[in-house]
Amino acid sequence: MPVEIIISQIFNGLSLSSILLMIALGLSITFGIMGVINFAHGEFLMIGAYTAFILQRFFHGQDSGYYFLLSLPLAFFVSAFIGLIVERSIIRFLYGRPFEGMLATWGLSLVLQQAARNIFGANNVEVSSPAWLNGGIEFIKGVQLPYNRLFIIAIAVICIIGMYIYIYTSSSGRRMRAVMQNRDMAACMGIKTRRVDSVTFAIGCGLAGIAGSVVSLLGSIGPSTGQNYIIDAFMVVVLGGVGNLSGTIAGAIMIGAVSPFFEFVTTSSMGKVIVFALVIAFLQWRPSGLFALKTRALD
Amino acid sequence: MKGYRLLTIIIAMFLVFTGMLLPESYAAEPIKVGVLHSLSGTMSISEVAVKDGTLMAIEEINAKGGLLGRKIVPIVEDGASDWPTFAEKAKKLIQQDKVSVVFGCWTSASRKAVLPVFEKLDHLLFYPVQYEGLEASKNIVYTGAAPNQQIMPSVTWLLKQNKKKFYLLGSDYVFPRTANLIIKAQLKAEGGALVGEEYTPLGHTEYSTVINKIKAAKPDVIYNTLNGDSNVAFFKQLKAAGITAKDMPVMSVSIAEDELRGIGADIAEGHLAAWNYFMSMSTPENKVFVENYKKRYGKDRVTDDPIEAGYFGVYLWAEAVKKAKSTDVDKVREAVKGVSFNAPEGKVSINPVNNHTSKIVQIGKVRKDGQFDILWSTGKPVEPEPFPALVSDKKVVAPGNIVKR
Repeated sequence: MPVEIIISQIFNGLSLSSILLMIALGLSITFGIMGVINFAHGEFLMIGAYTAFILQRFFHGQDSGYYFLLSLPLAFFVSAFIGLIVERSIIRFLYGRPFEGMLATWGLSLVLQQAARNIFGANNVEVSSPAWLNGGIEFIKGVQLPYNRLFIIAIAVICIIGMYIYIYTSSSGRRMRAVMQNRDMAACMGIKTRRVDSVTFAIGCGLAGIAGSVVSLLGSIGPSTGQNYIIDAFMVVVLGGVGNLSGTIAGAIMIGAVSPFFEFVTTSSMGKVIVFALVIAFLQWRPSGLFALKTRALD
Repeated sequence: MKGYRLLTIIIAMFLVFTGMLLPESYAAEPIKVGVLHSLSGTMSISEVAVKDGTLMAIEEINAKGGLLGRKIVPIVEDGASDWPTFAEKAKKLIQQDKVSVVFGCWTSASRKAVLPVFEKLDHLLFYPVQYEGLEASKNIVYTGAAPNQQIMPSVTWLLKQNKKKFYLLGSDYVFPRTANLIIKAQLKAEGGALVGEEYTPLGHTEYSTVINKIKAAKPDVIYNTLNGDSNVAFFKQLKAAGITAKDMPVMSVSIAEDELRGIGADIAEGHLAAWNYFMSMSTPENKVFVENYKKRYGKDRVTDDPIEAGYFGVYLWAEAVKKAKSTDVDKVREAVKGVSFNAPEGKVSINPVNNHTSKIVQIGKVRKDGQFDILWSTGKPVEPEPFPALVSDKKVVAPGNIVKR
């Protein structure tokens, strides 16, 4: 394999990891904190993608396209807000009941997809990338690193740093960790666990929303856009260990790095099969993933 | 007892209502035709426009006094991008609505799903899209291109442009795989070389690795049989990777003017496509067609090859009905052999042996405005050959009658 191909493959892997990471973060913390497997998580990505689309409609004709930067926080807030409504109206009744939760959120995902279909039509729509994200840097001869993928990686890094600061330094983040480790004890200490749940769920959805708005740079978006990424994101969570930030990051980087490699040496479908098989084999060896969350709760 | 009374009332009301409707429908004696396309789901992006083209032809014929003095009434059904649904709706159109003919389908998968229905009920379908060939049912009239009217001439043309090394990229289902089978046989026979072949699932959106593979294989041309929304992701990411039409053109057979609106013409600019019809053609029939289409459906709408085939298919059927002086399926099927029509793309006619359409073949290059510059054209209609000799030892002697060569 020539060196320029290897470099661009590594780069592709990183950019895929970044997208997966942003989706998996939310998935991982919602499962970690409330034991709900959220099958509708991909739909929050779709909501973020459509937010970018609407914003582009709104600013139509402005070619410099700096409004795209605006779509990132907006996607976060729109997805987080809808996530909050969903948490208050549906998810809160399903805490600690993974099977009912799975069915209910799967149903919710169908409802959200159909809603998008009714509002925006069944056809996929396109968000044209702003001019400053077209093209790329010629890294070495024969390797062009596209600006939009560099941008995605940068956004993912910012999101992770933000999450670290939030979880490990803010008092709200500390409460979140407390609830994650031992809900009853946290409640005894006066933490409003219900409120922590809502906030956590909303943040997770918001992150998926950001992922949605950057995904719109890569292809067209439609009601089922979220479905393209959700399975890989689940794999990341399972591989990394549920409810664990470092585990999720490690999982995302592994899946992101490994799948383009197998896709290169085999085919798109076969590459995916191999990655799935490897994850299954790995889980036989370490059923709780790379980084198991240590809690003092008696499960 | 109460339940029975309610039932009686309902039945009575039903009878009254149908009684009210009956005289009117008898008076007009309309000809019912079925229109069966995906109006929802992943294929609706392409099929809705074809349905619009078909309906426009029906309305035009009605505006000129109808057919045999009767009005044509279209019954539109949604196949919902789901192949069993297509078969079910086809059955409904034929058995329940008693239509005289059905216009519809896009993907080969949906055509294969309805084919047994049309054969069992011995009915007639007009199929408007280019396809992979190797089929010639007596129950289908194919108004799109056979392989020798799109894929094969485009490969020969590319080889003549000194593009010898091909990379084949397609979606993973029957059409791209069969099409590539033909292309590979052709490359062998005409002195080209295959440097890579790749299939991705329908709806795939992550093409960076595939693009890397293409870069490593260094082809002269990428032959693209991707279908649906994957094209948007592929062209966007190809451009972002710094590959332009100048170094490595992409020849597509499923991207027309309508799909270009989704991809963005600036992204696909300079790449190639092979079709029988382009919106930019300058025939007088096309000018009228484009104008009427825009007037009816909006200024920003575009026409393309399958829309045009859906449109002239209605006229070919109407010609056959006039010739047979009847809408009876058997009589129309006999009469449709050899009928011709001056379509927007030029003269088209039904080949009496294999039920496919003889039509002109052209290659176009994407312009910045989303239209095509026509680079090459056969200039006259090409007779269809659904079973290319390169990949098949069969030939058609009559519609539905296929024998060994």
